[in-house]
Amino acid sequence: MYDKGKVLTGLAIFVAIVTFPVWYDLVHAQHVPKLEKPTLSKKCVADIAYMRTSHMVLLDNWRNEVVREEKRKLIDVEGKPYAKSLQMGCMKCHPDRKKFCDECHTYASVDPFCWDCHFQPKKEAN
Amino acid sequence: MDVKRRNFLKIAGLSAVAGLGASSAFTQLLKGNALASEEGAGGGETAAGHGAPEQGGHQEAETAFQYGMVIDIPKFAANKGLAEKCINACHYEHNVPDYGNPKDEIKWIWVDDYEHSFPDASQYKRNAGLNDLPVLLTCNHCANPPCVRACPTQATFKNDKGVVIMDFHRCIGCRFCMAACPYGARSFNWRNPREQYANGNYKFFKHGLNPNYPTRMRGVVEKCNFCPERLAVGKPPACVEATGDTKAMVFGNINDPNSEIAKVLNANFTIQRNSAAGTKPSVFYII
Amino acid sequence: MLEKALVGSNKYWAWIFFLLGVITIGGLFYLYQFNYGLGATGMSRDVSWGIYIAQFTFMVGVAAGGVMLVLPYYIHDFKAFGKITILGEFMAIAAVAMCIMFITADLGQPMRIMNVLLHPTPHSMLFWDMIVLNGYLFLNAICGWVILNSHNKGVHYPHWVKPFIYLSIPWAFSIHTVTAFLYCGLPGRHFWLTAILAPRFLASAFAAGPSLLVLIAMVLKRVANFDAGDKAFQKLGTIITYAALANFFFLGLEFFVAYYSRIPGHMHTLDYLFWGLDGHNNLVLPMRFSLTIGLIATTMLLFPQIKRNEGTFALSCAMLFLSLWIDKGVGMVLGGFVPNPFDRVTEYYPTVIEIGISLAVWAAGALILTILYKIAISVQAKEA
Repeated sequence: MYDKGKVLTGLAIFVAIVTFPVWYDLVHAQHVPKLEKPTLSKKCVADIAYMRTSHMVLLDNWRNEVVREEKRKLIDVEGKPYAKSLQMGCMKCHPDRKKFCDECHTYASVDPFCWDCHFQPKKEAN
Repeated sequence: MDVKRRNFLKIAGLSAVAGLGASSAFTQLLKGNALASEEGAGGGETAAGHGAPEQGGHQEAETAFQYGMVIDIPKFAANKGLAEKCINACHYEHNVPDYGNPKDEIKWIWVDDYEHSFPDASQYKRNAGLNDLPVLLTCNHCANPPCVRACPTQATFKNDKGVVIMDFHRCIGCRFCMAACPYGARSFNWRNPREQYANGNYKFFKHGLNPNYPTRMRGVVEKCNFCPERLAVGKPPACVEATGDTKAMVFGNINDPNSEIAKVLNANFTIQRNSAAGTKPSVFYII
Repeated sequence: MLEKALVGSNKYWAWIFFLLGVITIGGLFYLYQFNYGLGATGMSRDVSWGIYIAQFTFMVGVAAGGVMLVLPYYIHDFKAFGKITILGEFMAIAAVAMCIMFITADLGQPMRIMNVLLHPTPHSMLFWDMIVLNGYLFLNAICGWVILNSHNKGVHYPHWVKPFIYLSIPWAFSIHTVTAFLYCGLPGRHFWLTAILAPRFLASAFAAGPSLLVLIAMVLKRVANFDAGDKAFQKLGTIITYAALANFFFLGLEFFVAYYSRIPGHMHTLDYLFWGLDGHNNLVLPMRFSLTIGLIATTMLLFPQIKRNEGTFALSCAMLFLSLWIDKGVGMVLGGFVPNPFDRVTEYYPTVIEIGISLAVWAAGALILTILYKIAISVQAKEA
């Protein structure tokens, strides 16, 4: 191999940079997110596994149904009606954005723009 | 061609083929109208039970329902401050920011004088008082909206109640709709409406925020949506509610001949803004 | 072939770094605009499109102008355009790239630009504009690159390129027609609501595009030892002259319709642009200047002596280009907004941010053009 030293050094630097997120996380181990459980009700509009992986899909579908198709029928969960709405639905049981949304979003380093427009009840709106 | 005329010709043509003759074509048309009105009053689902007339009728399903508004300008002129009440009600309800400068301005409903509201109407020897008459203006929710044609993402569209809706989530902020709207009904979020002072107060919401309605983010277009969230729970639009018992604003399905608004339209001479543009505005004015 | 752009004189590199510098400064301005919002520009509720869209419209014309070389060369086998046609195709690439950058700079939510593809909307002219612009970029990139690559290898270009070349000709007309449709299909804006807008756009494009090419080719003659040939210059001069004549003829027709019919909506914008309306006359001086130098340049080009003399030919091309840039890159878009449909006038002043970003887009276009031309000229120099 020509330029063995240069190639290997380059390769080493490349590998170090690419794997940076992995070992950075090993050193700065973060606490696993723990969500605040709602006190008002026990059952969600969909099962927990689905909500964990796909709540954003659900919210997106709700948004399309309400805004674009005028399908605003309330969702009935064990006799309790819920509005298809982040602000007027989800936040009724999960009122604290910090403890419920940001907890995971920060951990997973995702930055949804919900809060550019929507409010959490009574906190931001004043 | 006008919908009624198209219906008539269609029914007349079909009747002629069936050998029913012209007089029966006319009765068919009357029946068709009555059915359409029941559909409007009953709200969609019940009408299906009657069975739509075989001829005509249902191809125009998309225009069977059209929310509209009659604005009585003399009543507003007689009730000083009523227009402002409507504007404040709407702008508070929907968290419309007040920037205090024309460059950033956002408005869903506003007042301008007659001269600049109806510039295409004759100005020749016009009554002097008329030109300064304040006129309440908002989105016309056109039956034939150029903004909907222009939008490249269907972020603005006509819903099945004839309302021109803005989908704030989908808007890419190209502002083609603003160029297309002949009425200046559309505003753009030139900056973040939720900018705060150091003490946490919002800069552009002097009357506070309505916690039940979101704000918008910078970079999207917004306008009056005829309050679909209120209509869904049986309430009139915020501006109409603000007029109280004055009847200065009448709201309803203009395609339902039995509706209050249809009766008002039938009984009064009304005008629309720039009707020559062919957009078929659903907001009518009594002068 | 890209490696040919990596070797050059000090002057070449100085030019490249100058452009990169302008792009960097403009990029910082864009970062500010991205974070603050489009309020960083001079646009407002009434003037909702400003110099970004105006420059976009003008650049679509420059891109379409490339067809004035492709058409005579490939259809009429006009051999004198042999060396310069590739410059026309590459100019189209740079111009379309600039169009895309101007559109992106103008979006309130650029992150959502893919919504146009996610929710295709055939009734929107902007949807079609996206299709024709990207298509034209693709066609020119294919034709230009493959043909140049064949030159580089000393072989005739492959036959499969031919259909793309032929397709690119009507396609060039389509890009500017659809761009005109953005404006002329809107009810309520009388200034744009004219069936002659697309032909007017094309005429001005076929004058402005080749004018710019003549000027660039003259610069290349001095700095890159590239001679397009006298015959090519003279033919371009003729094309420019006729296109410019058509352009001013169309403009005259607009004046006639407005002022003979005396329909107020038709007159307002022309009043604002050339005489001032209700005391607002920001664009009167530039528009009169544009019309004057445009007419003088067109008259100059009618004289063979002026066209044959390189100095005066360059001067008339420069005057014409500037005239058409003011007319379409400033007056056309602003004229449709500043006098609004409600008989009110809202003036518009571009901000430093907006001008900086626009300059950066021009610089980015120049950079693309420089790199592509460097490659093209190196290949042709090797051949000679």
